[in-house]
Amino acid sequence: MKAGFFAAAAAAMTLVAAGGAQAGATLDAIKARGFVQCGVNSGLAGFGSPDSAGNWTGLDVDYCRAVAVTLFGDPSKVKFTPLSAQQRFPAVQSGEVDLLSRNTTWTLTRDTSVGLNFAPVTYYDGQGFMVPKKLGVKSAKELNGATVCVQSGTTTELNLADYFRANGMSFNPVVIESIDEVNAAYFAGRCDVYTTDASGLAGTRASVAPNPDDHVILPELISKEPLAPAVRHGDDQWFDIVKWTVYATIQAEEKGITSKNVDEFLKSKDPDVLRLLGVTPGMGAALGVDEKWAYNVIKKVGNYGEIFEKNVGKNTPLKLERGLNALWTQGGLQYAAPFR
Amino acid sequence: MASETRDDRRERAAISFSLNDPTVRATVYQILVIGAVVALGWYLISNTLDNLSRRAIATGFGFLGREASFGISEHLIDYSPRDDYGRALLVGVLNTLKVSFIGVILATLLGTVVGIARLSSNWLVARMAGVYVETVRNIPPLLQLFFWYALITESMPPVRQALNPIPGVFLSQRGVWFPTPMPDPVWSTMGIALLVGIVAAWGVARWAKARQDRTGQPFPKGLVGVGLILGLPLIAYVAGGAPTALDMPVLQGFNFRGGMVLSPEFFAILIGLVVYTAAFIAEVVRGGILAVNWGQTEAARALGLPQGRTLRLVVLPQALRVIVPPLTSQYLNLTKNSSLALAIGYPDLVSIANTAINQTGQAIEGVAIIMGTYLSISLTISLFMNWYNKRIALVER
Repeated sequence: MKAGFFAAAAAAMTLVAAGGAQAGATLDAIKARGFVQCGVNSGLAGFGSPDSAGNWTGLDVDYCRAVAVTLFGDPSKVKFTPLSAQQRFPAVQSGEVDLLSRNTTWTLTRDTSVGLNFAPVTYYDGQGFMVPKKLGVKSAKELNGATVCVQSGTTTELNLADYFRANGMSFNPVVIESIDEVNAAYFAGRCDVYTTDASGLAGTRASVAPNPDDHVILPELISKEPLAPAVRHGDDQWFDIVKWTVYATIQAEEKGITSKNVDEFLKSKDPDVLRLLGVTPGMGAALGVDEKWAYNVIKKVGNYGEIFEKNVGKNTPLKLERGLNALWTQGGLQYAAPFR
Repeated sequence: MASETRDDRRERAAISFSLNDPTVRATVYQILVIGAVVALGWYLISNTLDNLSRRAIATGFGFLGREASFGISEHLIDYSPRDDYGRALLVGVLNTLKVSFIGVILATLLGTVVGIARLSSNWLVARMAGVYVETVRNIPPLLQLFFWYALITESMPPVRQALNPIPGVFLSQRGVWFPTPMPDPVWSTMGIALLVGIVAAWGVARWAKARQDRTGQPFPKGLVGVGLILGLPLIAYVAGGAPTALDMPVLQGFNFRGGMVLSPEFFAILIGLVVYTAAFIAEVVRGGILAVNWGQTEAARALGLPQGRTLRLVVLPQALRVIVPPLTSQYLNLTKNSSLALAIGYPDLVSIANTAINQTGQAIEGVAIIMGTYLSISLTISLFMNWYNKRIALVER
């Protein structure tokens, strides 16, 4: 009986050894599993939030679906894991999610010591402040001594401290983990100021505020917040797939290809378009996916402009302008690398 | 040909190593198991480090020296975003200790009162205590914290319409402000006088008890003790010139400046933890009192001791032996439940360590620090309570 115990212990250790040795093969795991595990925001209007029926919608959610289309041809082959700002990095570091598409700012520390690789920026943003109109504050420089509500574990916390220090002002932070509780505290009056990315401010004011007109977003943007999807270090092929999926949507908008007219573009004379849509083979094989991957992404999800307008554009409660997120040909920063 | 002598047999046993010998078998198995555990631990640690380096995730505790760059709203020691992560974590540890220490004291007081109330012969008092215990025990502590936090922030007036019950004290949804005395050397003299008073009161109590054991004469050691503890600092205050300068809080801009503030987060977590843990402590105390033989109470009554003295001199000292071990568990629970502060914004150790983990990406080191700190605090509480338990243990003769 004692020999049986030792045999079982040895077998258990071998299993542990086998599980631990296989690291870095994210793409193999996804293909074997049949769907992409995507980490998204637990509730940020316009970027990642469930609607009343439990379906996930948002800009980040659409990019998760786009990557699923690249790999499997089907935008429903993706499962969403809602993550708070605290949970997101351990989740992607440990392999609990394959792709972190959760309005995450691309910074040096996250690129290096957190162990992430960032795909191209899907939304160029900046941090701002929202205050109740009745305070009569017109500029962020008048906020000396204010109480500020902020979500914990974000670059927001750091930028806030830096901005107030740089301007010689003091503040009292109220740092809460869950975004719902932060919203509740601000709208109950616990804080004077609510700070997060400007797109988040617009979304929160539109969706959560009891009376959106009682709040004003101050004009100053105190930081650069390039929001990009991220994967962990160790799987270059997976990283390339995510990166070029984002570029495909931007390139499609540059060429004027939308989900409605993509079929006509299959007969285009432009060699760039033919390479993008897979009529000229080669791009798909280089990435290790189907040649019609970009065609499927554009048809089933849309180009960058369509994704933007559907989630955060002028017809949504957020009413965000393209601004820095316009194409480079229109004075913005969205620029896709060439498809050749 | 002669049969073996005892020496021969002993010599043979000393040099034979046989698995038939139960002692030898036990030793061999224990060495093997220890080896297996050490090997497993080594494998796990080296595999983790290997995976971390393969993904280029930083390791090591060097991040403790880096600038923290985030603000903390409540700090017992000086802190600014320019300080490093090590200091930020220290602020977190102090905040956790502050809420745990005050929470343990208040929860014990409330729990003892409710526990005794539940045994009261007054039907209303006993039932109310019962309802309190049963309700509070069955609701998860996180929900109770949310409730208290929402109650405090929603029911208190906004800071510009703060209540002003006494001049200098302001109540609002941002917290309670009250004036603090301006710095003056008389306060440190008073502090020393207070310590002297406490020691003197304890000395008087010991002397009075010894005298009562010897001669049977009672002595009002409670009153004298209180007099010493209050009176000596008062004498020091008057002798130091009786300064009355106060740092009053004044509404300037967004908030009050000056004085001291207790934030709603601190109140919410303190009240939430105290109410929750007191329900459990009440049951522990009630169990301890019921464990004392009813004959003791009868004998005390027969001697003419009134209800209060019976409880204090006869029942509770015996009940303490039953109460102290589960009470230790409740103190540890309160300390660990203070980590729920992250949900309502009180900057305790877990909240600050989580921010540090998130900003540096070093989850393993951060969690190790959290675990190590809670382990140290818990072991200290256990050690102290076990020492106290031994001291009051009934020595069987």
